[in-house]
Amino acid sequence: MAFWLLLPAAVAVFGVVLYPILRTLFISFFHVDSALATDTPFVGLENYGTAVTDPGFWAAMGRTLYFTVVSTAIELVIGLGLAGLLNAKLRARWLFRAIVVIPWALPTIVNAAMWKGVFNAQYGSLNGVLTTLGITDHYVAWLGDPFLALNMVILADAWKTIPLVAFFLLAGLTTIPGELYEAAKVDRASWPRIFRSVVLPMLVPSISIVLVLRTVEAFKVFDIVYAMTRGGPANGTQTIAFYAYIKAFSDQDFGVGSALSFLIVLAILAITTLYLRLLRRSEMSLL
Amino acid sequence: MLLHLGALVVAVAVLAPLGWSALASISSQADLVARPFRWWPTAFTFDRYAEILTGVGGVGETFRAAMLNSTIVAVATVVIAIIVGVLGAYAFARLRFRFRRPTLMVFLVSYMLPQVALLIPLYLILSTFGLLDTRLGLVVVNCSLVIPFTLWILSNYFVTIPQELEEAARVDGTTRMGALFRIVLPAARPGIFAAIMFSFLLAWDEFMYALIFTSSDAAKTVPVAISEFAGRYTTDFGLVAAGGLIAAIPPVLIAVIFQRYVVSGMASGAVKG
Repeated sequence: MAFWLLLPAAVAVFGVVLYPILRTLFISFFHVDSALATDTPFVGLENYGTAVTDPGFWAAMGRTLYFTVVSTAIELVIGLGLAGLLNAKLRARWLFRAIVVIPWALPTIVNAAMWKGVFNAQYGSLNGVLTTLGITDHYVAWLGDPFLALNMVILADAWKTIPLVAFFLLAGLTTIPGELYEAAKVDRASWPRIFRSVVLPMLVPSISIVLVLRTVEAFKVFDIVYAMTRGGPANGTQTIAFYAYIKAFSDQDFGVGSALSFLIVLAILAITTLYLRLLRRSEMSLL
Repeated sequence: MLLHLGALVVAVAVLAPLGWSALASISSQADLVARPFRWWPTAFTFDRYAEILTGVGGVGETFRAAMLNSTIVAVATVVIAIIVGVLGAYAFARLRFRFRRPTLMVFLVSYMLPQVALLIPLYLILSTFGLLDTRLGLVVVNCSLVIPFTLWILSNYFVTIPQELEEAARVDGTTRMGALFRIVLPAARPGIFAAIMFSFLLAWDEFMYALIFTSSDAAKTVPVAISEFAGRYTTDFGLVAAGGLIAAIPPVLIAVIFQRYVVSGMASGAVKG
C-alpha cells in the first residue's frame, strides 16, 4: 500500500534528481570538453584536482562564505524585528502582513532586474535619491566595483528573503504560550530581558533551522547573480554555484564542472545532516 | 505608537523600490534619465505596456508567449505535485512500512540539492526524449523540485489531524482511500492551500532549468524572458519594469490572497518557499 502511494513521487524525484546526480558523479571522473564529445577518457580524480587547485575556486568559495555570513546576519537581525512587528497588535495588521509578503512572492528574476535598475549608475533611483538628499555629491556605479557589487547583490537578496525569515520566525513566535509573557510581566521584567530569557530560548529551534537553510541557499545562489551582474564585474559576484555553471557551460569543461557541482553537493549534504539532526531535536513528530 | 512607526518604515522600505519601478514603467525616457533626479515624471507614457501587451513581433510576442508558457507550466506542476504529494504524504503520516524514515530523508535531501549539479545529465535525458524546449519537459523537471516540498509540508500537516476521525469512518466500512478523500483532505484544507501557494510560487520562480532547457518562444518562461530584456534593453529600464510588474502579478496576488496560510505553511514546512 505505502509502496503504491509513494511510487509516483519516487519516480519523479528519483528519476529526475537521484539518477542525474549519480550521472554527474560519473561524468566528474572523465575528461569531457564538449557536449558532443565522443572521446572522453577516464581521468580518475584529476578533475577534482584541477578544480581545487584553481585560485578561482577558492575566490568563489570565499565569496560564498562572505555571502552566507553577511546575508544570514542581516536576515536574522532584521527578520527577528520584523517577526515581532508582524506579531504585534497593529491596526490594519492584515494590510501590513500583505505588504510584507510582497517581496517574498516577487519572482527572483524580477527582483534582480528591479534592483539592477535601482542601482544603475546613470538613471538608478538610489543615486537619484542620495544626491537629491545631499548624501552623495556624484552618481556611484553601485554594480561597477567587484566588492561593492557583491554587497549590493546581498542587499537585493536580503530584501526579498527577510520577509520569508520573518514569517518563519513568526511561526515560531506563535508557539510561545501567552502565560510565559504574563509571568515575565508579573515579575516586572524589562522588554530586553523578556526577549533574552523568554523569546530567544523559545526561538532557538527556528533560528537554527533558518541558519542551516540559508547556508544551503547561499551555496545554491545563482538566479539573482545571473540576472544582476552575470558574475561580474571582474568575477566579483561569482559565488560557487555560478562558478561551477561557468566552468561547465561557458568554458565547456563538463568534467571539471561536474566535479565542482559534486563538491557543492557534498558541502550541502554535510549541512543537511546538521539540519536533519536539528529537525529531530525539535518537535517534528515525523522523523 | 512606536510599533506603528516601525511598521510604517518597513512598509516604505518594501514599497519604495516597487513604486519607483512602477513609475519608471510609465515615465517618458527623458524623465527617467533626467538629472537632477525627478521624483515625479513630467510626462507619462503607456507605450511600453501597449508594446508588451499588444505589440506585434519582438518583445511583445516573446513576453506574451512566455506568460502563457509560465502559466501552463506552473499550473500543471502544481496539479501534479499536489496529487502526488497528497498520496505520498498520506503514506508517510499514517502507514508504517520498512525504510519509512530513510525514504523521507531521501526526499528531504533531494530538495536541498543544487540544480547546477543536475543540469548536464538532465539536458542529456531531456534531449533523448525530445523534451528540450518543450513545456512538458519543464513540467517534468519542475515536478522534481516541487514534489519533495509538497510531500514534506503535507506529511507534517496530515500527522496533526486526529486519527480517531478516520478510524471511526473505517469501522463503518470506508476504505483507506475513502477515508483519505472524505476525512483527511477536508480536515487538511489549510495545509493544502499552503502547499498550493508555495508550489505555485516555486514553479513560477524557477529560472535555471528554463534558462538551459528552453530556447524559443515555444517553451521559454517569464523569468527567462525578463532576464533577456534586462540584458538587452539596459537603457530602457521602463520596459523591463513594465514586463517585471506584469510577471509579478500572479504570484503576488496568490501570496496576498492566501497570506494567512503563509505562517501555518511555514510552521509545518520548515523548508524555504
